[in-house]
Amino acid sequence: MAKLTFSGGIHPFDGKDMSKDIPIKDHKPGPELIYPLSQHIGAPAKAIVKKGDHVFVGQKIAEADGFVSSPIYASVSGIVKDVCEHRVIAGNNAMCIIIENDGMYSEMNPWEVKELDSMTSAEIIDRVKEAGIVGMGGAGFPTHVKMSVKEPQKIDYVIINAAECEPYLTSDYRKMIEEPEKLIEGLKVYLKLFPYALGIIAIEDNKPDCIKIFRALTKEEPRITVKALKTKYPQGSERHLIYATTGRELNSKLLPADVGCVVNNVDTIIAVRNAIFDGVPLLYRIVTVTGDCIKNPRNFKVRIGTLYSELLEAAGGYKKEPVKIISGGPMMGNCLFDLDVPVTKTGSALLCLSNDDVSRMEPSACINCGACVNACPSRLVPTELSKHSTHGNLEEFEANHGLECVECGCCSFVCPAKRPLAQSIKSMRKIVLASKRK
Amino acid sequence: MNGLLNVSSNPHIRSNVTTSSIMLLVIISLLPATGFGFVNFGLNAVLLVTVSVVSAVLAETVFNLICHKKNTIGDFSAIVTGLLLALNLPPKAPWWIAMIGAFFAIIVVKMIFGGLGQNFMNPALGARCFLVISFASIMTDFEVDGYSGATPLATLKAGGTVNILDMVKGFTSGTIGETSVIALLIGAIILVLFGVIDLYIPASYIISFVIFIGLFAGHGFDINYICAHLCGGGLMLGAFFMATDYVTRPITKKGQVVYGILLGFLTCVLRVFGPSSEGVSYAIIIGNLLVPLIDKVTKPSFFGKGAVKNA
Repeated sequence: MAKLTFSGGIHPFDGKDMSKDIPIKDHKPGPELIYPLSQHIGAPAKAIVKKGDHVFVGQKIAEADGFVSSPIYASVSGIVKDVCEHRVIAGNNAMCIIIENDGMYSEMNPWEVKELDSMTSAEIIDRVKEAGIVGMGGAGFPTHVKMSVKEPQKIDYVIINAAECEPYLTSDYRKMIEEPEKLIEGLKVYLKLFPYALGIIAIEDNKPDCIKIFRALTKEEPRITVKALKTKYPQGSERHLIYATTGRELNSKLLPADVGCVVNNVDTIIAVRNAIFDGVPLLYRIVTVTGDCIKNPRNFKVRIGTLYSELLEAAGGYKKEPVKIISGGPMMGNCLFDLDVPVTKTGSALLCLSNDDVSRMEPSACINCGACVNACPSRLVPTELSKHSTHGNLEEFEANHGLECVECGCCSFVCPAKRPLAQSIKSMRKIVLASKRK
Repeated sequence: MNGLLNVSSNPHIRSNVTTSSIMLLVIISLLPATGFGFVNFGLNAVLLVTVSVVSAVLAETVFNLICHKKNTIGDFSAIVTGLLLALNLPPKAPWWIAMIGAFFAIIVVKMIFGGLGQNFMNPALGARCFLVISFASIMTDFEVDGYSGATPLATLKAGGTVNILDMVKGFTSGTIGETSVIALLIGAIILVLFGVIDLYIPASYIISFVIFIGLFAGHGFDINYICAHLCGGGLMLGAFFMATDYVTRPITKKGQVVYGILLGFLTCVLRVFGPSSEGVSYAIIIGNLLVPLIDKVTKPSFFGKGAVKNA
């Protein structure tokens, strides 16, 4: 059978061996946890606690402000120290709630749990919305919005994005190895919402053990199938994953639901499962702490709000001086210059590298080699788009379909002249999109 | 931790392939043909290659100095140009021909238009055509010890017969680097194995050339005649090393196939109906000029172009 994939893409060094075989460890947070009010796409949440309030684990501290927004819960018990500006992952200061951990971890009572079969779709979506669940793969799109499809009977596929194509990350892999049944329970919530849908667990073939586990577990499930994907970045890109698993294409003007698909990341599905089956909001996420500078690379189950600096310590600190520290993977992650920033719902990794390709390699003239054209999964001509970007030519940029770029970064990776192609295209996309909103 | 951390926009990793590593591979892949040229044509060939490469590097350095630009010889592209030019010279040419050619290639064809990546035609071929026009008698004199002045293609055009086995091995007259098909193919295999070139252009060029020769040369699909045309002249050198020059070829696969077919057609027309027996250089140069047009009409269709809601 031909492997499921798409045209273009790259094969970077994957670095997954460092952390993939070590079990997830619970991380005990330090004295202070910080909760940015904006951990998702959409309107920031509104704080509903004030300085001096006492909170329990699982108590709501900020509520959703509108439909495309998401509430935030305290992941420790303690006293609200302040609601003020604090540095966040992006490097800027943003409004955050700071809670002093009292070390008791006294919990709120979980919500009432009903049998999945007796719940209505509205109840399920409401619960997911209340639980503060957002896309935990990195984009942070509120999950209940994805679930609120106008015509649920028209959804043909619910796809679990278990590709984990980003180098170095192993959090989804560990989660799938350690608690595979939870993922299937979460998927069943979706299959209840979309009565005619087929559940697809899409896994890259560099994780054969995962594929085997899920094939065995879903043998008796007529509505769930496991698909092995060719290992290639960016296999986990939503549009390309839909194409690889179902053969359906979509462009920037369409949402997955428009072609009958709903796509969710592993951690998100498990959060949905926890909200429905255990009645608890989103409090934890799995973070991979890795890179050639980390003494003991591994995955941690982290309470949201924990500082990255604590995770670094928990992983044994540095064995080499890092040059670059990234929150997330090397292709899509954000650079950090300060580790005293909190883990949010979307931060999948802390990656410390002793070598920075970007500063080591100086950009030179484009030699028209076509490597970016061959690598582009959206079948664009990145070098041309980049030229229009640096010239500030909005019309040409759009006419050459610059908005179809998924910002995966493959063009920058392959460029022999080391030109910042993806970077220039990304900034131009922002300008064009902003000019359209006006 | 004392040192400051680097901050940049993602992606944060880069492949190991660089412009200079690509150029270095091209130089290595040209070495078999160069070496054969030395053995076949002797000391003057060595002199021409040396002068050409040194002049090309010197020209680029001086030009950058005068223009207050960073010296770009570190990308090795000047060496490639110098080497390719030398391989396209007749073995007996005087040393100053190589020097003038290299200066013209680097300064007029490449640097004046903005340097590497901006030249609209292959510098080495541009210079060769300049030399052929300016110094016609020197550039078409292929007579050296042991070989007659007529190249295999000239013999063929005059109605004579040629020894194809000698042409494959390279023991014929011709320019320094074009004679040995075996040496050129070894280089081509290196380029393909290391992913520097793919076969879209060479394959479409050679296949379409065979078809056009079969149709228009008046010999039908006579295997001996076609093999002589394939092995003779600059076709192999051109198809694998000159037509595939990144800067002056279309960027998409579709465009590359169109370009290859165009070159096959032009080479055939020039060889069969033109005044000279040779046609590869001019074919590639004319092809180069049409590349922007080809690029424009062969844009790839983007992912999800035909997608419709609720299809």
